[in-house]
Amino acid sequence: MKTIVDAAAQLASGKVTSEKLTEECLSVIEALNPKLNAFITVTADEALQQARQADKEIAAGRRIGPLHGIPISLKDLIDQKGVRTSAGSLVRKDHVADSDAVVTQRLRDAGAVFVGKTNLHEFAFGTTSEDSGFGLVRNPHDAHRSPGGSSGGSGVAIATGMSLGTVGTDTGGSIRIPAAACGVVGLKPEWGQISASGVVPLSRQLDHVGPLAASVSDAWLLYNAMLPESDRISARPEAMSLKGLRLGRLSGYLFDRLDADVERGVSATIDRMQQRGAKVVDVTLPHAHDMAAIYLHLVFGDAAEYHARTLVSRPEDYTTPVRLRLEMARYVLAEDYIRALRGKALIAHEVDRALDGVDALILPALAIPAPPIGAVTMPVKGGPEAVRTLMLRCSQPFNLSGHPAIALPCGQTHDGLPIGLQLVGHKGRTPALVQAALAAEAAIAS
Amino acid sequence: MMIADWLAAAKADAEARGLPELIPMLDGLAQATERLRAADWNDDADKETPRDPSEPVDDAARGTR
Repeated sequence: MKTIVDAAAQLASGKVTSEKLTEECLSVIEALNPKLNAFITVTADEALQQARQADKEIAAGRRIGPLHGIPISLKDLIDQKGVRTSAGSLVRKDHVADSDAVVTQRLRDAGAVFVGKTNLHEFAFGTTSEDSGFGLVRNPHDAHRSPGGSSGGSGVAIATGMSLGTVGTDTGGSIRIPAAACGVVGLKPEWGQISASGVVPLSRQLDHVGPLAASVSDAWLLYNAMLPESDRISARPEAMSLKGLRLGRLSGYLFDRLDADVERGVSATIDRMQQRGAKVVDVTLPHAHDMAAIYLHLVFGDAAEYHARTLVSRPEDYTTPVRLRLEMARYVLAEDYIRALRGKALIAHEVDRALDGVDALILPALAIPAPPIGAVTMPVKGGPEAVRTLMLRCSQPFNLSGHPAIALPCGQTHDGLPIGLQLVGHKGRTPALVQAALAAEAAIAS
Repeated sequence: MMIADWLAAAKADAEARGLPELIPMLDGLAQATERLRAADWNDDADKETPRDPSEPVDDAARGTR
């Protein structure tokens, strides 16, 4: 995969133009999108215009920074002025954004070139990207499998080179799940760090906006550009030394129900890091087994509120599975929603405690490899389990807790599907998490 | 509202609204709600006074560490 870091260096030295990079991405979209359906809207003309403008500015010595002239994409629930924001639903098929989302504006200010809007699980309410008003998304490693979701098109865009970076959202794992399923990097920032204004919500208290990219460094560049200006860091973090890196392996619930290849791949990566000096201790989240119920009640309550009017006025414009789940969500009682809010606070506290004395937590990003399209259950340790449960199992704790978390590829299954590793950092210390992820990335590559 | 009563009412409502596909799904939601209500961190009005779980002094008592 071509990285932003390499492309930016080539742009800065004049070895390549933004127009050329953008044309390459548009060519890949043209060649592969009919099969993979990763993009809902391609803004080729606007992108080429932006790219030519970037080339003029760079040639004139007015390079803004590492994203200047870099072709990126946006998950199609993020507003881009003058472009439809469908949220993967026919409910919004006629909605054209009249202004940029905050993150879009920040990336525009950084000089990024927007090649289009990526497909997703309708309204981000699912983890497979199978239910979209614009057709299902397919995994580039095996077109009969899901790319994960809900930011499925975003994962595909990076894995295939349709764009060099992309912006997704993550409410229960929707950045990290497709990153793991497609073999790319996905960074879910700490909750509230990056504005979600101008982004179609699923659950405002659990939604996170963040990047997917080909490398940890690329994800950092996008993340940094999306921060408020006062929070940005000019220097790119360097890999932390594995010697002295303290990792908390989240044993128990989060390692209990894994695909055999995923368990083997993640454990081998942890062993490798340990052999090279990392200190690994086992830690637990005592109430991990309550997380799915807590998460469900919060997401259902929030989604039911957002969709209440359109479920009545235009139910036929939703895909049937998403409509039914939203209808089910309307039955959650206030008492149970409040109970789930208390559970959320407890989980946040337990993640803080698990991080006591370590630099990061380590666990799989996704319990299974990319599931076959239409699969209801998958075999895991202990017997078959529902795909929906498995997809969220390793990622949703950190939506409840709000801690920053990053998924990165760590090998393949016996049939060549990507496996995702996840690192979780302290609140307020995302740069340190990225440094640990850079160390893990280097150890995996060596 | 007790879960059994809620579930019966929800199923009747789904049926009345012409959404019979919801009925088996509501059973799943009811199971999740049962789990939530049975969690050991729920308060009881006649038991210990609620405390903030982030308070260090509370952690030892709760056995979360």
